[in-house]
Amino acid sequence: MTAAIRISGLEKTYSNGMRALKGIDLEVREGDFFALLGPNGAGKSTTIGILSSLVNKSAGEVSVFGHSIDTDLLAAKRCIGVVPQEFNFSQFEKTIDILVNQAGYYGIAHREATQRAEKYLKRLGLWEKRDVPSRMLSGGMKRRLMIARALIHEPKLLILDEPTAGVDIEIRRSMWQFLQEINAQGITIVLTTHYLEEAEQLCKHIAIIDQGQIIHNTSMRKLLNELHVETFLLDCISCFETAPEIDGYPCELVDEHTLAVQVDKEQGLNALFAELNRLEIKVQSMRNRSNRLEELFLMLVDENADKKGAA
Amino acid sequence: MKMLTRKGLLEMTHWRSSWVAFTTILFKEIKRFTRIWPQTLLPPGIVMALYFVIFGKMIGSRIGEMDGFAYIDYIVPGLIMMSVITNSYSNVASSFFSTKFQRSIEELMVAPVSPHVILLGYTFGGVARGLAVGLIVTLMSMFFTRLQIHHIGLTVCVVFFTSLVFSLGGFINSVFARTFDDISIVPTFVLTPLTYLGGVFYSIHLLSPFWQGLSMINPILHMVNAFRYGILGVSDIPIATALIIMAVFTVALYSLSYWLLVRGTGMRQ
Repeated sequence: MTAAIRISGLEKTYSNGMRALKGIDLEVREGDFFALLGPNGAGKSTTIGILSSLVNKSAGEVSVFGHSIDTDLLAAKRCIGVVPQEFNFSQFEKTIDILVNQAGYYGIAHREATQRAEKYLKRLGLWEKRDVPSRMLSGGMKRRLMIARALIHEPKLLILDEPTAGVDIEIRRSMWQFLQEINAQGITIVLTTHYLEEAEQLCKHIAIIDQGQIIHNTSMRKLLNELHVETFLLDCISCFETAPEIDGYPCELVDEHTLAVQVDKEQGLNALFAELNRLEIKVQSMRNRSNRLEELFLMLVDENADKKGAA
Repeated sequence: MKMLTRKGLLEMTHWRSSWVAFTTILFKEIKRFTRIWPQTLLPPGIVMALYFVIFGKMIGSRIGEMDGFAYIDYIVPGLIMMSVITNSYSNVASSFFSTKFQRSIEELMVAPVSPHVILLGYTFGGVARGLAVGLIVTLMSMFFTRLQIHHIGLTVCVVFFTSLVFSLGGFINSVFARTFDDISIVPTFVLTPLTYLGGVFYSIHLLSPFWQGLSMINPILHMVNAFRYGILGVSDIPIATALIIMAVFTVALYSLSYWLLVRGTGMRQ
């Protein structure tokens, strides 16, 4: 199967001397839903910028569906739709004109462009706003407009740089559903996000980038299996002044009714509840302290920082 | 029928796509300046009408003839060129800078559009506004004088290439501009003085030999005189020299603009 994206030895040094990418290698398979995660300034947006021709690379090779961006750039561009982090459309143009013009840049004749614009505006719930200048749209609508614009030439690869930043939970969920639908239709999706729940819900594969290097690249399932310890918050009926000693389970007091208990993957929850019963601690409800992926993400980034520090 | 090779078919598709992209940029530009016509088309019409009234009718009747023509007839070609130059320049400078400023330039940069298409789309947008304003000023001049055209082909050729040269100039200005102030510096401190000293209102034969010689390095003098020759049949300079200067400027500015676009100067990190 052709790789949707193949990156090898990619480096980027900005004019101020900052090395944003230090030789990354990455492959995204066709049809994948891929998450590229990393802390701020890790190199995610630079990688996406190079893929979408907005940033010049310093070294390395990049190809999109087999088209090198050095020797076959126009063909590579035809395969990609980009949804950037910041709004980057004319504030004065009408919503529909933004889509029709974008289609025109891809060589799609006006009549067909208008039909496609109607299709995507309807699909993303923006048809009623077609004649409204883009500056009059809400934040969520602007995000959806950028998705519609990225899809107007029907690309094989959709790259989304924090697509749900600043949108409410309802719109976020509907966008997730939409992205899952188009991925099921065969569009490869690469996503960067700060909402790790989003990556966990949507993505099949994941790469973590930190300080310009890929520190982890695996499937979501394998990555989540690497998490050995989870922290659960127990909302208790009992009232505590100090954290109780639960045999085999490190525990700390969050507030007088809430305990944070660490559970090793090998231990399971049954033994924990047996121990809680023995101590006559009545639990009303329980939840994860943080998203599982979030715990792993922080752990991996911390480990990488420790390695760098030691080196 | 001869079968099209795969390569031929790809080239045809590429040309068709490029044509669609070019017309998309061009029509977007035309739509932009016609949508805001009170800012783009109306002011030059009003300013030039004032020039016709004050310099043509009120003062012009006391000046008498210049190169054998009534003063108002003499200044009409210069005033048309003045409006064509400033509007072609400012259209591309402000539109392309605004596209950069709002980051909507990224829409073009991610798309498979060649730098030639982007450059031609924006500069022809500037030419369209320059010619539209030139036409408005020409129609306005008909209220004050009877306009006769000596050489239609030369007139059209000169106005088109002058507009193209200054559209390219506006493009280069917008590439380097970092703020909106940067796109008004060149028109204010370079274009306006060169235009006023470029034989719009007078024949350089009125100047001393030193100033006549100095005026010859002003490209606008050559363009205005070539256009005046096309309309009135009189010029202070040889027409061939003017055409060569326009050709050289067109090639030089186009090449520089293209190089800047390919490098992504001011657009790509």
